[in-house]
Amino acid sequence: MDGVLLRSLTPGVLGILVRRGADFAAAEDAVQDALVEAVRVWPADPPRDPKGWLVTVAWRRFLDATRADAARRRREDLLDEEPTPGPAPMVDDTLQLYFLCAHPSLTPSSAVALTLRAVGGLTTRQIAQAYLVPEATMAQRISRAKRTVSGVRFNQPGDVATVLRVLYLVYNEGYSGDVDLAAEAIRLTRQLAAAIDHPEVAGLLALMLLHHARRAARTAPDGSLVPLAEQDRGRWDTESIAEGVGILQAALARDRLGEFQAQAAIAALHADAPTAEETDWVQVVEWYDELARLTDNPVVRLNRAVAVGEADGPRAGLAALVALDDSLPRHTAVAAHLHERDGDLTTAARLYAEAARRAPNLAERDHLTRQAARLNARGHR
Amino acid sequence: MAKYLLLKHYRGAPAPANDVPMEQWTPEEISAHVQYMRDFAARLEGTGEFVDNQALAPEGMFVRYDGEGRPPATDGPFVETKDLIAGWMVIDVDSYERAIELAGELSAAPGAGGKPIHEWLELRPFLGEACTITE
Repeated sequence: MDGVLLRSLTPGVLGILVRRGADFAAAEDAVQDALVEAVRVWPADPPRDPKGWLVTVAWRRFLDATRADAARRRREDLLDEEPTPGPAPMVDDTLQLYFLCAHPSLTPSSAVALTLRAVGGLTTRQIAQAYLVPEATMAQRISRAKRTVSGVRFNQPGDVATVLRVLYLVYNEGYSGDVDLAAEAIRLTRQLAAAIDHPEVAGLLALMLLHHARRAARTAPDGSLVPLAEQDRGRWDTESIAEGVGILQAALARDRLGEFQAQAAIAALHADAPTAEETDWVQVVEWYDELARLTDNPVVRLNRAVAVGEADGPRAGLAALVALDDSLPRHTAVAAHLHERDGDLTTAARLYAEAARRAPNLAERDHLTRQAARLNARGHR
Repeated sequence: MAKYLLLKHYRGAPAPANDVPMEQWTPEEISAHVQYMRDFAARLEGTGEFVDNQALAPEGMFVRYDGEGRPPATDGPFVETKDLIAGWMVIDVDSYERAIELAGELSAAPGAGGKPIHEWLELRPFLGEACTITE
């Protein structure tokens, strides 16, 4: 039995049922029943058209369940207007599912969970493991999300930006357990990019691929962080970089710039540099200026200050930093770095230690603590 | 999508507004208090925000390595003056504001006279996993 095949077919089947008018939760139950049936029947009797088979069985299950339901009459009226099950068009059903799962009425964590469940075909247990919460909690989160979108009609055009935000959340979540969320986010974004022609979808896919390409070099064997400048560039995945750059260039050529394309452009400039010293910081600053025009996100201006520090020297970077609120995440770490490059090691050590106390995760805290310790130890040698 | 620890102190935290020792409550007041906590946890399970909760026995002591070949040093069981953790709850919520809101609700558990005890809860964010994108 091909589990990967089943998983790849699931969203499409679910999408067709929902499009035909099935309630989201009921459709999911029916699809699950069909999958169980497939696992039982297929090994001895493989279907010629697996997806069509699943749609037919799931639809039959849905009808059975609906007939047994108290709300029978209303739903049967609905079904009367719908076409009978037949060969399913391969088009945009999964795409519709993306929009449903990223519906604005859902909280970010619910949207993420529902997307992984319905579009990604992950089990509730896998999602719960990835987010380190009990399975019962995740099951509730998903069923609440299903209830929230159950009244949403399928013909409402979704907002691409919301879908992209959800996928980016999945990507950024890191990974644990047996599901690699970054890889899963790339897989789903790839599917989305294949189904929809939109430069920002391409931008996000390029961004993910470019970041992902550097993943192996980003941590040392002991799990500690390796900053960009010190990474072994030989360990970057050149195939992934080439793919990301290609996708990005095609997107940029369409001249509809967006946030993700601009971010991907910056990532591409880093990926292009054979050594850290050869990074084209002047262009990086220019792209941050673009990005700042597209979004008023203060984190962008913080990152811009880092780039300015590289392009025009640490004093210029510190000057750019002054305008920013020092409660921003990583503001203190950036200040520490710029002070160190400017030669003020005492201030840098103090700021590294302060940044470590504010770090949002263990790897970053350890890294910053080590930076402070490195500077503090220089007097003892 | 961030986890927070809600830490309940028996002692060590500032005294709550309705500070009557539990053994002086009526049995009904104790039942109401326990039920409130159960309902709270059950509700968070329903919203998909519950991660864990545990109550701790009041016994406990500090333990410390006391040098090669010596048994670990202990300073004996906790006494009145020490901080004492009663238990914890871990939640997984979408925002810091939501974490504060829930901590506030938990702190409103009823105590003596059926009135909220205004218990001080320590709210601490978990250190997360490293984001995929940090550079």
